[in-house]
Amino acid sequence: MKIPVTKDTITNTQLTELIDIVKKIHGFDFSDYTEASFKRRISRILMLKKLEFYDLKHLLINDHNFFQYFLEEITVNVTEMFRDPAFYKALRSQVVPYLSTYQHVKVWCAGCSSGEEAYSLAILLKEENLLKRSFIYGTDINTEVLNEARKGIYSLRKIKSYAENYLFTGLPGSLTDHFTIAYDAAAIHSELKQNTLFSVHNLISDTGFNEFQMISCRNVFIYFETELQHRILDLFYNSLCPLGYLCLGNKETIRSDAFRKKFKVINQKENIYQKIGS
Amino acid sequence: MALDDQIKQRWQSARILLLGGSAGSFKLLFRLVKLLPMDFNKTVIIVIHRKKNFFSEIEKLFAENSRMLLREISDKEPVQSNAIYIAPANYHSLVEKEGYFSLDVSEAVWYSKPSIDVTFESVAEVYKDRVTAVLFSGANQDGAGGLLKLRQSGALTIAQDPADAEMTEMPQSAIDINAAEYILSAEQIFELIQTTTDTPNTI
Repeated sequence: MKIPVTKDTITNTQLTELIDIVKKIHGFDFSDYTEASFKRRISRILMLKKLEFYDLKHLLINDHNFFQYFLEEITVNVTEMFRDPAFYKALRSQVVPYLSTYQHVKVWCAGCSSGEEAYSLAILLKEENLLKRSFIYGTDINTEVLNEARKGIYSLRKIKSYAENYLFTGLPGSLTDHFTIAYDAAAIHSELKQNTLFSVHNLISDTGFNEFQMISCRNVFIYFETELQHRILDLFYNSLCPLGYLCLGNKETIRSDAFRKKFKVINQKENIYQKIGS
Repeated sequence: MALDDQIKQRWQSARILLLGGSAGSFKLLFRLVKLLPMDFNKTVIIVIHRKKNFFSEIEKLFAENSRMLLREISDKEPVQSNAIYIAPANYHSLVEKEGYFSLDVSEAVWYSKPSIDVTFESVAEVYKDRVTAVLFSGANQDGAGGLLKLRQSGALTIAQDPADAEMTEMPQSAIDINAAEYILSAEQIFELIQTTTDTPNTI
């Protein structure tokens, strides 16, 4: 039996060409994205839309609507409420006591996608009686997912899997206490939406826009090369108040001395840091 | 099928040992980790299907019984020789051509995250024929496509003999698409992995 031949993934030259087109025409710079997952996303688009590489190029140059779709597919928008319950436990025990000493708590949820994490933080702050004096900014480069975030409506199927995460956080009651459920959808309570703002922001090209007590940017850095990570860490550093907190995904450990000089480890396992110096 | 010289030679020239499995593979992988020597001179990457949230003791259990450095993959971690890496739950694990791991939280593949296909395909692209990959027992098709990609890239690909596997579907799916160059029992796989040369492996 012969070894069957399957279609090759795109070549490095094609990848470079594509990144160049997107940068020149649409102003989005993907050159510092980690290659392996970026290639997988491109192959996925080719497969889903049944395109050849040439077609993809053509659409990216000539069809602006297609670019919106491209952007949505390239940036991974898989997210969960209360992903990594242990992280939320750590927030409650190690970060919230400090946040509660502020008159006003501003939180930036960077790369918020469809809002699940921003609302998880809102629920947590509510349970800690902090929500009324807090404000959560959710940002993403993707306008479409931000619209979903603003709605705060999720399918019941998703809510069921999020509810399991919630149980592991040790927060009182159940996740559905924070939602109004009708048919197969669940809408987050309006009081949880009141102190949130969702807006477009590109971590790669935009600057800071406020000063925060806490910044949460989880499972975004996995898509960035180390050098880009450090550029964004500078942005975060400059956007935090003195002794403000930075939360990264729990597999996104930063291995650099420069970082260690600027941030103190609060929780090694959950990658929670506190700004020091300056 | 006895182990011929050709398979032994190809095994010895591999830099990466890639292991995938699901239901029915845990005990085998555990045994394997236990018998690997400290100076193995290869990188071992293990992808086992696992659930999120159930804090598993897999790493701890494996690490306590391993003579090699063993760790759960974290993002941008360099791929080292003489180390065993385990794919974390709720992420896909990939390798970059510069020689480090990267993680991805995108959609599950074959209902699995980590997906064996994702890691296998990524390793195939970077390490090509410097890989020996084994697909063990499991109850779904994840891994078959990845093993095929590895075979196409010149890697030595092995499926556990379905007759010998607790769950047949995973190795059988690989055999069905002709992704496995060799079909071996678990005992043969262990024997192969324990074959050593007198000349040290240059990496």
